[in-house]
Amino acid sequence: MITRRILSVSVGLYIAAFSSSLLHAQEVDFDRDIRPILSNNCFACHGPDQNTREAELRLDDKDSVFADRDNPLITPGKSSASELFRRISSTDENEMMPPADFRKKLTNDQIELIKNWIDQGAEWKQHWAWTAPNRPAVPQAPKNKISNSIDNFVLAELSREGLNMSSAADRVTLIRRLSFDLLGLPPSTEEVSTFVNDKAPNAYANLIRRMLDKPQYGERLAMYWLDIVRYADSNGYHADKTRQIAPYRDYVINAFNSNMPYDQFVREQLGGDLMENATLQQQVASGFNMLLQTTDEGGAQAKEYLAKYSADRVRNTASIFLGVTLGCAECHDHKYDPFTTQDFYNFASFFADVNEVGVGNAPAFPVIAGMLADQIANKKKDIADKQGALNASSRDLNDTRKAWEAELAKQADTSITAGKWQYIGPISAASFDEAHDKSFVNEAEAIDLTVAIGDKKWSEKDFADGTIHALDQTPNAAHYLLRTLTVKAATKVELKFGSDDGIRVWVNQKEVLNNKVSRGPAADQEKVAVDLREGENQILLKISQGAGGAGFYYTHSNSSVPADIAAIVAKSLADRADAEQNKLSDYYRDNSSELKSQRDEIAQLQQQLKQLNDSAPKTLMTRTREPRMIRVLPRGNWMDDSGAEASPLVPGFMKPLAIEGRRPNRLDLANWMVDPDNPLTSRVLVNRLWKVFFGHGLAEPLDDIGAQGTRPTHPELLDWLAVEFVESGWDVKHIVSLIVSSNTYQQSSGLTEELAALDPYNHKYARQSQFRLEAEMIRDTALSISGLLNVEVGGISVKPYQPAGYWKHMNFPKRTWQLSGGNDIYRRGLYTHWQRMFLHPSLLAFDAPSREECTVSRPRSNTPQQALVLLNDPTYVEAARAFAERILLEGGADESSRLNWAYQSALSRNVNPNEANVLLNVLSKHVELYKANTQAADEYLSVGRRAVPENLDKSELAAWTSVARIILNLHETITRN
Amino acid sequence: MANNSFSLNRRCFLGHGAQGIGVYALASLMNQSQAADTEVKVPRWPGILNGQLHREAKAKRVIFLTMAGGMSHLETFDNKPKLRELDGQAMPESYTKGQPIAQLQNRELKCLGGQHEFKKHGESGNELSAIWEHLGSVADDIAIVRSLKTEAINHDPAHTFMNTGTTISGRPSMGSWLTYGLGAETENLPGFVVLTSSGGGQDQPIASRQWHSGFLPSRFQGVHFHSQGDPVLYVNNPPGVDRNGQADIVKAVQQLNQFRGEVVNDPEITTRISQYEMAFRMQASVPGLMDTSDETQATMDLYGTKGADGTFAANCLLARRLAERGCRFIQLYHRGWDHHGNVKGASQNTAKLIDQGITALIKDLKQRDMFDDTLIVFASEFGRTPMAQGNGRDHHIKGYSIFLAGGGIKPGTTVGATDDLGYNAVEDVVSVHDLHATMLHLLGINHERMTFQFQGRDFRLTDVHGHVVDKLLA
Repeated sequence: MITRRILSVSVGLYIAAFSSSLLHAQEVDFDRDIRPILSNNCFACHGPDQNTREAELRLDDKDSVFADRDNPLITPGKSSASELFRRISSTDENEMMPPADFRKKLTNDQIELIKNWIDQGAEWKQHWAWTAPNRPAVPQAPKNKISNSIDNFVLAELSREGLNMSSAADRVTLIRRLSFDLLGLPPSTEEVSTFVNDKAPNAYANLIRRMLDKPQYGERLAMYWLDIVRYADSNGYHADKTRQIAPYRDYVINAFNSNMPYDQFVREQLGGDLMENATLQQQVASGFNMLLQTTDEGGAQAKEYLAKYSADRVRNTASIFLGVTLGCAECHDHKYDPFTTQDFYNFASFFADVNEVGVGNAPAFPVIAGMLADQIANKKKDIADKQGALNASSRDLNDTRKAWEAELAKQADTSITAGKWQYIGPISAASFDEAHDKSFVNEAEAIDLTVAIGDKKWSEKDFADGTIHALDQTPNAAHYLLRTLTVKAATKVELKFGSDDGIRVWVNQKEVLNNKVSRGPAADQEKVAVDLREGENQILLKISQGAGGAGFYYTHSNSSVPADIAAIVAKSLADRADAEQNKLSDYYRDNSSELKSQRDEIAQLQQQLKQLNDSAPKTLMTRTREPRMIRVLPRGNWMDDSGAEASPLVPGFMKPLAIEGRRPNRLDLANWMVDPDNPLTSRVLVNRLWKVFFGHGLAEPLDDIGAQGTRPTHPELLDWLAVEFVESGWDVKHIVSLIVSSNTYQQSSGLTEELAALDPYNHKYARQSQFRLEAEMIRDTALSISGLLNVEVGGISVKPYQPAGYWKHMNFPKRTWQLSGGNDIYRRGLYTHWQRMFLHPSLLAFDAPSREECTVSRPRSNTPQQALVLLNDPTYVEAARAFAERILLEGGADESSRLNWAYQSALSRNVNPNEANVLLNVLSKHVELYKANTQAADEYLSVGRRAVPENLDKSELAAWTSVARIILNLHETITRN
Repeated sequence: MANNSFSLNRRCFLGHGAQGIGVYALASLMNQSQAADTEVKVPRWPGILNGQLHREAKAKRVIFLTMAGGMSHLETFDNKPKLRELDGQAMPESYTKGQPIAQLQNRELKCLGGQHEFKKHGESGNELSAIWEHLGSVADDIAIVRSLKTEAINHDPAHTFMNTGTTISGRPSMGSWLTYGLGAETENLPGFVVLTSSGGGQDQPIASRQWHSGFLPSRFQGVHFHSQGDPVLYVNNPPGVDRNGQADIVKAVQQLNQFRGEVVNDPEITTRISQYEMAFRMQASVPGLMDTSDETQATMDLYGTKGADGTFAANCLLARRLAERGCRFIQLYHRGWDHHGNVKGASQNTAKLIDQGITALIKDLKQRDMFDDTLIVFASEFGRTPMAQGNGRDHHIKGYSIFLAGGGIKPGTTVGATDDLGYNAVEDVVSVHDLHATMLHLLGINHERMTFQFQGRDFRLTDVHGHVVDKLLA
């Protein structure tokens, strides 16, 4: 009923007018007139909830109302013989209904209505929204007054009220209205003049088509859809960590732009992951199921949060697609609508297969699509091409190759002959340090194996290469190991060691490794590349032991030529098998310095490919698991496991799913929602689309179509649109076009005294509505007027200017707002990083919701904070300065042409003399002000990232910045008429 | 009107509201065009009750001091000798079996005796722990509740529950309900103001949803005052613009909007004009509020603060200044009570940051004759377990302590009790809904009758629960 807008305009008169017209109506309609009274005043005790039901009487149920009783509740045609009427009209405190101590009372008008209804025969009707819409007959209307059938319905209702449509809006107003409604932006001066001067009879139709083809159309509708589905860039609870989900937002934009049929849109979001051969975009769409608030708070109990998530999905999914408050049945049967608690948990069961953790963060998956997918494909092709070329080069037996083979053959002849190990130890020391550091042999000279150390002598050992060998465990001791390596030509070799504990190594008396460390031995703990000289080389190894076990590991690899390659290159070309020749060529390709530049080029490309892959945005997608058991939670208590089991079923009073032999899933639920027989889905969507173009729905509120919702102002029109929508193939652009093409839409929004009195809320549509732009659009409008707007579509969310310290109350981890780079700070408002706990304050000021829950209708407040944002937020101060630069550079030579240019840019009209006076006063005053105070001018102009132009006079620019600020602050600038 | 339902009140208001707001705004416009430089009266939201309270109000305003993080009742207001006796021994399973538990899941549960001595104070004999060095001096002015229980065991949902009466996001907070119902007694400042401080323990996050207006109109949102940067977001002029320069801009906007209002019949224009006036005045009144140089040295000493520096003590002083200026609901958060470890030292450290400020606030309000019509609530989102978590305590919801003081509250009393070990509230159990019902009662509102229809249902702060706690009433 009357909810949020009560503060801006009155509804009181409207209620009075409306209800008195009902009293005088010839026929009382149960669904329209009586059920709302019973629902609001009686259902709490005589309604669907069996636990609070009194006297076993249900006033929401026909059978109960007309059941056989001694004193019939209702005797059709005879209120005097109807107990219901007797009780509601009684003044006896023991008899009256609602009871004397109940907080609700019936008015005399309501009692009179019920009396009339009974006297007229008490015809019972099902709540309108529970029956699928049929296409109603279109009322007659004069041809010259209609553009399409919408107008017939509106005119019929207007004529009943004795009202007429307002005249059509002028073309300037019309293009501005259409541009804000379809694109969320004001039209450019050129667009306005093109349309105003278009003499073609279908000029307006062409304008609609042009706008529907722009990418900003998808952004505009996405703004609304993202509110509905509660899209945000953070988890919501506790630490409110950043969540990667932007590709879902872009999916929504693309879906609207490509005019994806709504039934498909619903299926892909609820069950895209379950579709056969699900495309990447369908999986992205399934991120819908992951949009809810989650926690990763230490100490949170998974079971409790899984219950919260489950309830969240039921509550919100039902609001989002069906416009019903199924969430009210979490703890008890619904008080007004026939939803039971069992229905609630059955609905939850559809989502029991969503793989998620109760406490923690869901993993995000990369989305490689669009331009990035092309870039990656190109890069891969580039790499393949270069690899092909390299392969070809490596097969070319030219002189370079021959010279390389000759050199390789020479190198290959440097195989290592290793002598046996000689060992001496353990040599005790005072400490580990001493054992490691002290020279017990003269390492700087060739070792004489005959020289003993104390009672220890050198002896030959059979230590095989490549395994760990234990040594004596005497603590604080040294062990020496010595062997020779003989090569035919100088070569490079890699020595690999392991040690327990420390290790030192000398090659030809030169120390190449020293690591005093306490550890157990393992393979390849140390690697040293050394140069061996032609002939014999001496390797001396010292193991220093602290405590515990002792041991070592040794192996070497000849890094120059592997044995198999050496064998091949030793053969003549004619003697090599094809496979051998290929192997040699591969070795040439992968190792030769001759081909290094080609290899490096490929390596660089591969690095770039990796960067591209890493740059892919990530997003939450639905992944499935074995469905969890869902039980009815008594009174919503997550710790109580005693409730009945639930299974995936739709609410009991609605048409059941036609699934047999398997467990129904989310996709089945989606299919049920978009079944033409579903009474809710199509009505709910067209009702919300209507709201975009008129400021409110045909049925309010937009999120409760149940018994407590008000009956639609135009029930036939709503049903006609709903049927048209389904029969058009759920064509969203078709419905949008129909609405904006109607004469109803094209009317002037001028509010006359008469209409202000008769229909202040514009529920009869004798005019268009006028209302403030949405939060994001206010930002976009300022940026667009100033020329700063960056119209890039999609991508990760961005961070424009935000007051420092605004995030200081977030923690785990503490974060600061990182301003986006370059002109990302001038992106449209819908791309602003959406932090649930601390939504950007200038969006918040203009009623953008934090998106914790489904929001179908933002309030439209009018507050001092909004004035402070437009006056002082650097976004708007900088936009004003950029606008001022344009005024000076493009607006002509004199002040009046500049003012006109500015007004045309911002408001699509010329400035009038009174307005010009006000602005010129400020202009001249501020020119003087900033001439006298150049420092203030500098400060003023340096707000924001945009560089201050060198070619403009600063005091003049500062003064025009003031003028531009005034224009950006105007009510007219932020209002759609 | 006393016996009428709230919706009738609303309708009455709206009935004249149709012209009501228009009339206000017209007056505002005329004043302005006649004397553009004089202050213009902004139409003040009179509250949906429009002065027609359900009962006599004992309090005009609320100062709600949120001890965020979960203050241990066992170290502050709830003395449990038996728990001290059992220190280090196993917590009897009869207490904990099947109960929700946070970080102590699957751990051995042992008793941890209260870490501080307790002492009785004043004539009332109200018992406080030794960490309160100052508070004892006003012990006879406060009413301690030792039997509060809540429903959410994690910080964020528990705050949401305390502020909105439900753990589901998107519902209005207490301050929003009150400014919606009663309006505020100021044209220059918001009716619902939030101040924050921290220290003494880990800083649990606080979300702006805690002062959100939910489904109520956004004008009833709490406005967060900051001790650094702009005290209110965007309240300072852009660099290079002084108050006169800003006045030129605002005045021009007003004039151009007025011209527009002459050709377009749009009631929002007049509202916008008045909101720009209030914004411009807030640009002066907010800095004026934050500038405490007009306070006496004695006052500064009483609070132990040097000025608006973001400490709890300074925020208590600002709370008094806001109360004087007509704010309806002033909420202070101190983030620093989440003592999973070292509850002994940490509770003392945090109390040191709180003690003098809250005591000074009570004394200061008394000496200014504002104590009797200011309702003070001092409460955490939950308490802490009698069981040890190392040398700290975990979150606990089944019974903990808060105190109330001022408007309509019975001074020098203690209501309710927990069991011997400080686990369950067992005597005069007070739910969060009961607390809300009592607060509204003291402000002249029947909690069952202030409702707002949303999604087809009449919502109220106390949902479908709540009883006024008679024992707390003076």
